[in-house]
Amino acid sequence: MTNLVTNFDLTEEQEMIRDMVRRFAEEVVAPGAAHADEHKELNQVAWEGMKELGMTGLPFPEEWGGAGMDQLSYIIAVEELAKVCASTALTYSAHVSLGTWPIFAFGSDELKKRYLPGLCAGEFMGAYGLTEPGAGSDSAGTQTTAVKDGDDYIINGAKCFITNGSFAKSFVITAQTNKELGSKGIMAMVIDRDQPGFTIEPGEEKLGMRGSDWVNLVFQDCRLPQDAVLGPEGEGFATFMKTLEGGRISIGALGLGIAQGALDQAAAFAAEREQFGKPLARHQAVAFKLADMETEVQAARHLVYHAARLKEAGRPYGTESAMAKYYASEVCMRATYEAIQIFGGNGYSREYPVERMYRDAKLCTIGEGTSEVQKIIISRELMKRYA
Amino acid sequence: MDFHLTEDQEMIRDSGREFADRVLRPHAARLDAEEAFPLEAIQEAAESGFLGLTIPEEFGGAGLGSLHAAVLLEELNAADASVGVTISVHMSLICSMLAKHGHQAQKEKYLPRLATGELLGAYCLTEPQAGSDAAAIRTSATKVDGGYRLTGTKAWITTGTHAGLFVVYAVTDPEAKKGYGISTFLVEASSEGLTVGKKEEKLGIRASSTTEVLFEDVFVPEENLVGDLNGGFMIALDTLDGGRIGIGAQSVGIHRACLEASVKYSREREQFGVTIDRFQAIAFKLADMATELDASRLLVHRAAWLRDQGEPSTKACSMAKLYASMACNRAAQDAVQIHGGAGYTKEFPVERYYRDARITEIYEGATDVQRIVISRNL
Repeated sequence: MTNLVTNFDLTEEQEMIRDMVRRFAEEVVAPGAAHADEHKELNQVAWEGMKELGMTGLPFPEEWGGAGMDQLSYIIAVEELAKVCASTALTYSAHVSLGTWPIFAFGSDELKKRYLPGLCAGEFMGAYGLTEPGAGSDSAGTQTTAVKDGDDYIINGAKCFITNGSFAKSFVITAQTNKELGSKGIMAMVIDRDQPGFTIEPGEEKLGMRGSDWVNLVFQDCRLPQDAVLGPEGEGFATFMKTLEGGRISIGALGLGIAQGALDQAAAFAAEREQFGKPLARHQAVAFKLADMETEVQAARHLVYHAARLKEAGRPYGTESAMAKYYASEVCMRATYEAIQIFGGNGYSREYPVERMYRDAKLCTIGEGTSEVQKIIISRELMKRYA
Repeated sequence: MDFHLTEDQEMIRDSGREFADRVLRPHAARLDAEEAFPLEAIQEAAESGFLGLTIPEEFGGAGLGSLHAAVLLEELNAADASVGVTISVHMSLICSMLAKHGHQAQKEKYLPRLATGELLGAYCLTEPQAGSDAAAIRTSATKVDGGYRLTGTKAWITTGTHAGLFVVYAVTDPEAKKGYGISTFLVEASSEGLTVGKKEEKLGIRASSTTEVLFEDVFVPEENLVGDLNGGFMIALDTLDGGRIGIGAQSVGIHRACLEASVKYSREREQFGVTIDRFQAIAFKLADMATELDASRLLVHRAAWLRDQGEPSTKACSMAKLYASMACNRAAQDAVQIHGGAGYTKEFPVERYYRDARITEIYEGATDVQRIVISRNL
């Protein structure tokens, strides 16, 4: 297994997934990207296609209805989707990494049986509720409460910015059982869409990722049976943090894909568009921008793939996923920014996809831990070596 | 050296700020969402005397200079950059251009109407194939009896849908060395053969109108030639110097709005038991934003002051626009970042600032064009 960490070649299987998803992305996903953004609706054709291709359960074992593929294959799939439709890539990564993975990794057999086959088949989406209006970067500051009542828990509180909520059946959420215990008092649980006392409200309009659904969740005396609890009782927060470690690799792949997509667009435009009697790409100012973009995108890919390979190999990957997510999302910001600059006035117009990409990109430095949160993780780990 | 604004500059700032608070800020988000031209706001701006700010008093304006304009434009743009660019183009590229380069009859005919807002101006230089390479325009003006006939397509024209007067650059001598065969014309919106093309859908400044403008054998009378025949490109370059002060001021306005929103939010938002302005990661972003804001404003004011003194200001104008626009975008990105998930939503104005800011590095000379101008002037 160790070889997987140092071997930079893709396996045959990974190459196959890449080629399959790339073709699917270009032929099926890309044509609906602008429409999904403009109308703020899911790229439905893309989701249906992902179901058919078996992508919705890609990195999960076949016994649960998954495709049994490795982590890197999944990460490459996110990257390929993000190149043409970031909203679809976000829908997909939130479904797999945040909505499905924690049930697979921490769920009881009962919970797995209830949700995994449907999640893997894409019959419904998975959603993950950590963030609250008052608990963003300080996610341990959750104010949603779970109060024991007989064998059940009574949940009260609210969650916001919950990706895929409109289409989800299972919602993995956190709640505080005992404020005195701080993060140790946080419990993770899986709430079903139909649970009485649980309502789903539409999310705010957003800057980008408009083809990705997000909602707010409200719990009013929502009664949950004991079997809804995910993982050991005092370890809910740890469960969520572990989930985010994986989620961050996929957001890294999201940023990487958007950046690569913007670079592809900008390079093609620079080769074609002439000013001052020659193509833009023959002006040093533009050529060097493209060189920077290419270098940064490749560096980001190394970080993202490395984190995925570590996860696959069963080695620690928390810091590496933080670095991959932080770096790829910042690269994504620079690449989309410069892509617009290379396009000039055209780049500011919604006729070209770089306009959308620049709006989508900003999600990457915020969602699943802001860049600042990643830097907290990276610096803390770093300082352990010097303590 | 005195860094204070004069009394009348302060007056302009205060009335601009009052106007922005009362007329612009309450409607900016809605106009952005609806992509609706802010006609009422522009009319009110005209009534407040803003449209004619730089027009000489004898033609119905306030007779003030570029620095006054920059002070006013910062205030307007801090509230609504769509209104800001509409007024900046009208003021800098049309009114000031005409006041400086037009002849007496042209000024008498058009400036009073531009001052009252009866006519809004649009500036037609860019073409689909001639962006940064502006001298490569192809719109032609052929001499005919009593005037010229114009044919060609102009792109990215601000206020295209609502302009009454178009300043159009066209090739009058195709044989001349590049840049030496272009002339400037005043074309009324009602001219036969002039059509306003499709309205662009944009990342930001969505309430401003941006269109193609098509000229098909449009007759322009001899008396609507501005300045010398074949001297148009020099007028364009000089006019854009002034325009860059306007866009520099726009950048300063958006930048300031980003800073103010971020300071406010970070003092209210608590995470980890304290307001987030107490974290260095946030506080130092704010410190950079504030420092860069002042640097931008000083560059813009210096450029405007030089221009008002009649001193060479080309390099200073480009430096102001280059720096202020880039700083403004850094500020907009940081403002969204400081707001976190909330900043990604339309509940907070930074979402709009992020989109609006992006244009400042593109129009009226993209960033690399400013660098060409600056490096050539070293």
